[in-house]
Amino acid sequence: MSEIPGDLKFLKSHEWARVEDADQVRVGISDHAQSQLGDLVYVELPNVGDRVEAGNACAVVESVKAASDVYAPVSGVVAAINEALGDKPETINEDAYGDGWLFVVKPDAEAKEQLEEMLDPDAYAELIEGDEH
Amino acid sequence: MTRQTILNATHRAAGAKMVDFGGWDMPLHYGSQLEEHHAVRGGAGMFDVSHMTVVDLRGNRTREFLRHLLANSVDKLKVSGKALYSCMLNERGGVIDDLIVYFLSEDFFRVVVNAATRDKDLAWIERQAQPFGVSVTERADLSMIAVQGPHAREKVLSLLDADDRTRIGKLGKFVAGEARGPDGTELFVARTGYTGEDGFEIIVPEAHAVALWNALAATGVKPAGLGARDTLRLEAGMNLYGQDMDEDITPWEAGLAWTVSLDEGRDFIGRAALEKQKSQGVPRELIGVVLEDKGVLRHGQRVITSAGEGEILSGIFSPTLGKSIAFARVPAGSRGNLRVDIRGRELALRPVKYPFVREGKACI
Repeated sequence: MSEIPGDLKFLKSHEWARVEDADQVRVGISDHAQSQLGDLVYVELPNVGDRVEAGNACAVVESVKAASDVYAPVSGVVAAINEALGDKPETINEDAYGDGWLFVVKPDAEAKEQLEEMLDPDAYAELIEGDEH
Repeated sequence: MTRQTILNATHRAAGAKMVDFGGWDMPLHYGSQLEEHHAVRGGAGMFDVSHMTVVDLRGNRTREFLRHLLANSVDKLKVSGKALYSCMLNERGGVIDDLIVYFLSEDFFRVVVNAATRDKDLAWIERQAQPFGVSVTERADLSMIAVQGPHAREKVLSLLDADDRTRIGKLGKFVAGEARGPDGTELFVARTGYTGEDGFEIIVPEAHAVALWNALAATGVKPAGLGARDTLRLEAGMNLYGQDMDEDITPWEAGLAWTVSLDEGRDFIGRAALEKQKSQGVPRELIGVVLEDKGVLRHGQRVITSAGEGEILSGIFSPTLGKSIAFARVPAGSRGNLRVDIRGRELALRPVKYPFVREGKACI
């Protein structure tokens, strides 16, 4: 289990969000999530320009074991997607909090409140403690 | 209560992710299922298959009993050590289990059955064996390790007693022999497997299983979990009991016609039902399919054909092919315009002959 970076916020459904500036929230799945899924083989991302709503499914990560929806942590418009994952989905297994990011959202005004409702790294670590082997 | 093999602590010490499989606590993978798959295709991997059930059958009428019990014909077994794959059917022709039977001598055959079906298998075999006076003994004192891959045989041979090495090295496919392993351990070495690669399945006394595992690891054989075992066997076109067939499915409907022997005058359990179904026309069949689109075929997905609906049986992402493959059960004769419903989207399926992969090479 790798260290959880301190600048991340989490959903209970194992997505992370990183506020990089007022116009840019980067989103991925947690290291715990990738470890539970096993080797990833496909990633289905939204298109740049798509609107995403907080709490709605907007991407799919598929592993050798299962397909799993990815929920948007904040509402806004997709500003960038990680195209490199098309050829190398295993990047998520290798670096879930770095090169394995999924997409970037340009958040709406209400995103601030949505971010405040998310779990901080300590609360997330506590949440997943029960799942660890 | 979940059961553990003698290698349980060894798996955990190696960092295995454990899962429940047929009531057994077994390794799913040791870090990466994909790497373990490739290790078997490209070198040598080993699987703890001690959860499988070894049953010894003894008595003068054992061959006669097996002629009655099994859909394949044990009369094909003429030389001691020779093995046969067969289904064991109920009266309706449904598959109770699939198994391997080894002919050792006229009064001694050994069968290996699945873990998840252990209780019902033993009960059925014991019941059927009684009139033949055949004794049925589960060998819980034995463990089993499958060593598979292009380098598997040479790795195993290097651990055998020098006197046994040449003989075991010459074993034909689907033949077993006895040999001494590290520290003189008595081994039952069979040139069988469930991966589509060459290799051995080794039956070893439980007390010596950990030492054998460690000795194999020291020669460079990589531990592999149930995840890789599943992707390897499906690439090799091999059925999994419970997923591809069960008690309501006949061998005709499960792609297992090649394992049924309708030899003259042999009255095996389920034969009448099989012959009836064959003469009336088998309604469904098992076919191999490939998904060229992105996505993964998984058990239970709906298949749409021009002749009606079917379903995905075993489905995986094939690490060797880099795309998804599956067995599907469809109405007999449907080949055109096959589609699968994945999360509400219909994607085209290409029907193919399997095996999908044999000895490391793509066949489709």
